[in-house]
Amino acid sequence: MNDSTHITQRTHSSGIRSLLIRASAIAGLVLLMLGMTPLVAVAEGESVSVRLRYTDVETGEKTAAVDVAFTVRDESGATVGEGTTDDEGRIELALPGPGTYELEIDPGSLPEGINLRDPDRATATVVVEEGQSGAAIFALVQGEGSSGDSGITLRQVAQLTVEGIKFGLFLGMAAIGLSLIFGTTGLVNFAHGEMVGWGMLLAYLFNFYGLAGAFGFMEGWPAPFGDGINLIFATLFAIVGGAALGYAFDRLLFAPLRRRGASLIAQMVVTIGIGILLRYLFLFGFRGTPRFFKDYTAQSALDLGLIEITPKDLITAIISIMVLAGVGLFIQRARMGKAMRAVADNRDLAESSGIDVQRVIRFVWTLGGSLAALGGVFIGLSEQVSWNIGFRILLLIFAGVILGGLGTAYGALVGSLVVGIGIQLSTLFIPTELKNVGAYALLILVLIIRPQGILGRAERVG
Amino acid sequence: MHLAALDWGFIFEQTFAQAVALNAAVYAIAAIGLNVHFGYAGLLNFGQVGFVAMGAYGMGLTVTYWGQDNVILAVIVGMLFAAAFALILGVPTLRLRADYLAIVTIVAAEIIRLLARSTALRGITRGAEGLNEFVGPFRDLSPFDPSQTYGFGPWQYRGTQFFSILLGWAVVLLCAVLVWRLMNSPWGRVVKAIKEDEDAVSALGKNAYWYKMQALILGGVIGGFAGMVLAIGNATVQPDFFVAPLTFFFWLVLILGGVGKVWSPIVGAVLYWGLITFIRNLGRGLVDEGIIPTSVMDTSQVDQIQFWVVGISLALLMIFRPQGIFGSKEEMALDAR
Repeated sequence: MNDSTHITQRTHSSGIRSLLIRASAIAGLVLLMLGMTPLVAVAEGESVSVRLRYTDVETGEKTAAVDVAFTVRDESGATVGEGTTDDEGRIELALPGPGTYELEIDPGSLPEGINLRDPDRATATVVVEEGQSGAAIFALVQGEGSSGDSGITLRQVAQLTVEGIKFGLFLGMAAIGLSLIFGTTGLVNFAHGEMVGWGMLLAYLFNFYGLAGAFGFMEGWPAPFGDGINLIFATLFAIVGGAALGYAFDRLLFAPLRRRGASLIAQMVVTIGIGILLRYLFLFGFRGTPRFFKDYTAQSALDLGLIEITPKDLITAIISIMVLAGVGLFIQRARMGKAMRAVADNRDLAESSGIDVQRVIRFVWTLGGSLAALGGVFIGLSEQVSWNIGFRILLLIFAGVILGGLGTAYGALVGSLVVGIGIQLSTLFIPTELKNVGAYALLILVLIIRPQGILGRAERVG
Repeated sequence: MHLAALDWGFIFEQTFAQAVALNAAVYAIAAIGLNVHFGYAGLLNFGQVGFVAMGAYGMGLTVTYWGQDNVILAVIVGMLFAAAFALILGVPTLRLRADYLAIVTIVAAEIIRLLARSTALRGITRGAEGLNEFVGPFRDLSPFDPSQTYGFGPWQYRGTQFFSILLGWAVVLLCAVLVWRLMNSPWGRVVKAIKEDEDAVSALGKNAYWYKMQALILGGVIGGFAGMVLAIGNATVQPDFFVAPLTFFFWLVLILGGVGKVWSPIVGAVLYWGLITFIRNLGRGLVDEGIIPTSVMDTSQVDQIQFWVVGISLALLMIFRPQGIFGSKEEMALDAR
């Protein structure tokens, strides 16, 4: 490639050379962490799964529906799989490949007195991505099912709102970093989703293998080097790793670029490039199949009357609230927090009043990286760990941040909560596969009506 | 080393063949559209793939549902789809700062893909499977015999393939000449001036907003042509081809050649596809020959290397040579404001 000859011509410039070395040092570090040995080899293959349960009217307990027959057909209508549910009401049918499938339940094989809640919905359409497992839901009731649309119940709304708040909190932790980095430097960080993914995958690494998963020679060392550790401790390592990545981004890449006067657009394209690189290094190290953490995966939900929530979701949501409140207090009270606001407000004025702007920016990157990593662990715990979470979540982070007002920390949080709740509640009216479209459309709508966002100020945008 | 064991003849044959094949033409057209947006008008479009999808769907849907053989109508509808997408995007964002346009375009492109593959619109767009029955009338235009092989040296193609590649490069040339003429016209000078200093242009009585909108539509319609060429060449329009990150590959093509120069997207596309094909085939060869042990990397992972190269190239180009091969340094020095 032509640019490589160009680089060799200019190596006399020590600044550029050191930048190159630093950039490759980051890439090398990540490659070492994730690339040395593939973490685990998993058989690739698509499948569709159902867990069939109903609430026993007398005992109020969730009961598995056993020996219920299912048929799965491809789009041409040809049967590609059949089977019955096991003792736990589970069934998993292998599929010939990615695509759209129709999964049909045989109502006649349901246990005595158990019916489909909606008898018209004996089939479900499942879209299965490459290497992934699709899931379908069939609602069962004891007694007669009610046909057609039974309307929206308060219970549904409450449950979805709770889910939405939970996701909004996780999203908010990721979004605050993006918004603060924008506020202090003007840079939109397209690699921010990868910082979320980095935290999630680091926690997975420490949870299952310890550092030996990345550095083979540590095999047999004590935990956390040669052996996995509990997810709680793995999360602490992920936070430190996330902070390190954020620090490295600024120290090795963006601070030198700012010093050289690189334009914001150029820096933005750099974040895109780094994001693509990281994402595919993640795929290389983790492989394509989404997986669960080792601890706290299978939990039964607590019944809190109107809503149900698993203990892990409840605890991660409470931790998120505490962390976010702490960040809010920090920004409001601490010297560094005040300095951050000053830099975001007017950089030149902040600089001339004695604030070390570069130090503040580096701190913001570090804080943003650690928050994104924590958000990543929580998302991985509530859903699954996957290599491409970064890009899946980036656009939702954008939606939250723009909705709340680009550049403000509180705005990012409020916007993320609105996006989280909005996404979940929208599934009452639109198909689940389109729920993100609602959030994206909201983003565009906000830019038409109130471009500065809910909490932003008008002059930021002009 | 057993490098001699590699089938170098095959690797280079593939490299040269892919450097000018259909994909290179499609990327070149999409990047020409991006060049109009960013290189001339200074619009930061991160959702070019949405315009490509609009062009492809507009054309494919027209043949599938309305005109059995009205090829011209199909192309016009494809252009209208892309232009409508530009209008919808431009109205909320052209008055805002460049990075807002970037975010809105990438999000809008993703909306297009999600809607096209949704079960709700399956009756129209055929869901994830996509449109597959529209290419007939276009293939009928081909003067080449599908059973014959055409070309010379490493460039040997079957009749239908040869036709779509020639069609692709013809569109590339048309778009490049069109952009070249337009940018040297009074209209182009106003557009370029807006990139330099929007306030100055407004002070001279020009409606900067409307000029930017026209540039967005022009670049978007060119992006739509990329989608049409792609659809004809592959005989299919599938939603999951149009994933948002694809736009950044077009960006790499544009930056590689040099932003703001008429011919740079073409050079960039040829270089990009040559390089990517070389890396992919070299990697596969190295793994097949055991030079790279499977404990380090297996065949399914080799294809990921090209994405590392894309990411690294994008970052390094921006850091060390933002003007690409032909561009001038000032083009990329402009700020987002």
